Amino acid sequence: MTRRHTLVFWTGFCVVVALLVVAPFALPEFWRRFLTEILIWGLLAMSSDILIGYTGMVSFGHSAFFGLGMYGAAAALLTSRPPSLWLAFFYGLLAAAAVAAFVAYFSTRLRDIYFAITTLIFSQIFYVIIFTWTDVTGGENGLNFSRPALAIPGLFSLPFTTLTLYWFVLAVLTVSYLVLRRITHSPFGMVLQSMRENEARTRAIGYPVERYKIVAVMLSGLFAGLAGVLYAIQNRFAAPDFVFFLVSGEVVIYNVMGGIGTLVGPIVGAATFLLLREGLSRLFPYLASVAAEQGIALPGLAEFPHLIPLGIIFIVIVIFMPQGLLGFARRWLNR
Amino acid sequence: MLEQILIQTINGIVVGLILALVASGLTLIFGIMDVVNFAHGELFMLGAYVGVITLAGTGSFWLALVVATVVVAALGAAIYVTTLRPLLGRDPLNTILATFGVSLVLQNYALWQFGPVARKIQEPVTGQFPLFYLDYPWYRLVIALLSAAIIGALWLFLKFSTYGVWIRATTQDRVMAQAMGIPVPRVLTIVFAIGAGMAAASGVLFGPLVGVNHAMGLDWVLKAFIVVVVGGMGNLGGSIAAAIFISLMEAYASLWVSPAQAIIVSFVVLILTLLIRPTGLFVPTPK
Repeated sequence: MTRRHTLVFWTGFCVVVALLVVAPFALPEFWRRFLTEILIWGLLAMSSDILIGYTGMVSFGHSAFFGLGMYGAAAALLTSRPPSLWLAFFYGLLAAAAVAAFVAYFSTRLRDIYFAITTLIFSQIFYVIIFTWTDVTGGENGLNFSRPALAIPGLFSLPFTTLTLYWFVLAVLTVSYLVLRRITHSPFGMVLQSMRENEARTRAIGYPVERYKIVAVMLSGLFAGLAGVLYAIQNRFAAPDFVFFLVSGEVVIYNVMGGIGTLVGPIVGAATFLLLREGLSRLFPYLASVAAEQGIALPGLAEFPHLIPLGIIFIVIVIFMPQGLLGFARRWLNR
Repeated sequence: MLEQILIQTINGIVVGLILALVASGLTLIFGIMDVVNFAHGELFMLGAYVGVITLAGTGSFWLALVVATVVVAALGAAIYVTTLRPLLGRDPLNTILATFGVSLVLQNYALWQFGPVARKIQEPVTGQFPLFYLDYPWYRLVIALLSAAIIGALWLFLKFSTYGVWIRATTQDRVMAQAMGIPVPRVLTIVFAIGAGMAAASGVLFGPLVGVNHAMGLDWVLKAFIVVVVGGMGNLGGSIAAAIFISLMEAYASLWVSPAQAIIVSFVVLILTLLIRPTGLFVPTPK
């Protein structure tokens, strides 16, 4: 990377972060929360980019890491009095790391589609356990708990408002991004990318490919768990729906939409997907009301599921923009 | 106890044969065109719904079975031509993504069109016969026989018909098949349509045993994936054996735990398979 490149990158980075820091001042309450959600899903998507984009292993099991982070945080917040933020992080990351180690041990023996299916099945195992173990996990209803305060014992204690929580999530995301960027640029990250390009050759050079894969899955799972903890704090509940494999599928969609192997791409993808979903879910009722004013009755239009156009957009991106939005934009800019 | 085990054996085989019907479509599609069809469960679900509608309109279950198979097979061909053909020659992972999008669309369409309330299909054969201490419905045996018959017909089709020969040739070597004058694009479309039709048929057959709703495909696509991996990807006989094996395991497990937890047994079978023989339990070890 040339010096000019570096300068452009850091300038861009600072501008984006600065914009995100001031963004909530221009937004009403609902959109502040919405932006926080985008950042959390973006963190989850970014964590899976380590596997999808850099190591070339498509994980369909990130809901397990995310969900276990959530339930780990729930355990901490329900047992400690007063609920401790840092304990929530500790338990959540511990749970996610344990699950990630377990999944990684088995799934990294397999490649390509087999890896994808195995991670999917593993996440379903945790889903079934959480769903049926009602005494501990609350089963279908999940768990409700109160939000901890942002506190350092003995120093200060500050209850979270929508605004401070947003900044807190933004800070966690920014630090995570910098850490993951550093990791992907490190020799370790280079080995991951060489496994993506040519696994046999990487092995021949002498790298213990299996061990690298296990570490990659664990690293990815740890950051997914971090996203889970943040989500639990934001929404004050943990539910089995978030362990279901459809969540993993959405995470893969974010990655593909935004562009894999870029770290930022998945965040862009998550933002695009969630904004499109929000927009489309308002579009159809609006169209129906406009049609009704014109005297045209279109039964069912107001309830038209917004996931249908979203699914079609996704398919079109898979077929025509395999590089994702970011890759597409980059190529378009370089034209 | 022995009686319970015998009853569960029969249950396991009945469910296993339906599962085999779903999974053989999936494994056929994978083995021949390297497509991992995530939307397979949705084709199963749509088949059941088309069955519900036809049954309500005509009153004939058998007509409903045929109509559902044909309609969903046509839908499958359309899905293949529009979303999967452009991905030909790319990494199979792309097909997972595209079919995941398809399943999102189909599932939400079903939810919108038919609503969240489960529909019921009336079974065509209502009689029961005494089996130990309970009355066992004849219909369950009818499903088992029909599934076996459809799978048998598929096997005969692959073995003896012109298209069957073409399909097997395409599996072995797509480029060479093309060079020999086999219309490969048409063969691939037909294979996808057959797989979709089989999923639809099993949806209609299984409909009377459970309610028909928009999310019923999710469970099945997962189970079918487990079966296909345990049986060896693209291996028809292996998938059938694995389907019956896994269903038996789940049936026995549900003697002790709830059916929701019994699914874990099939997950464990999958993990053990991957640990011991990653290429599938029912295929010879590759050299």
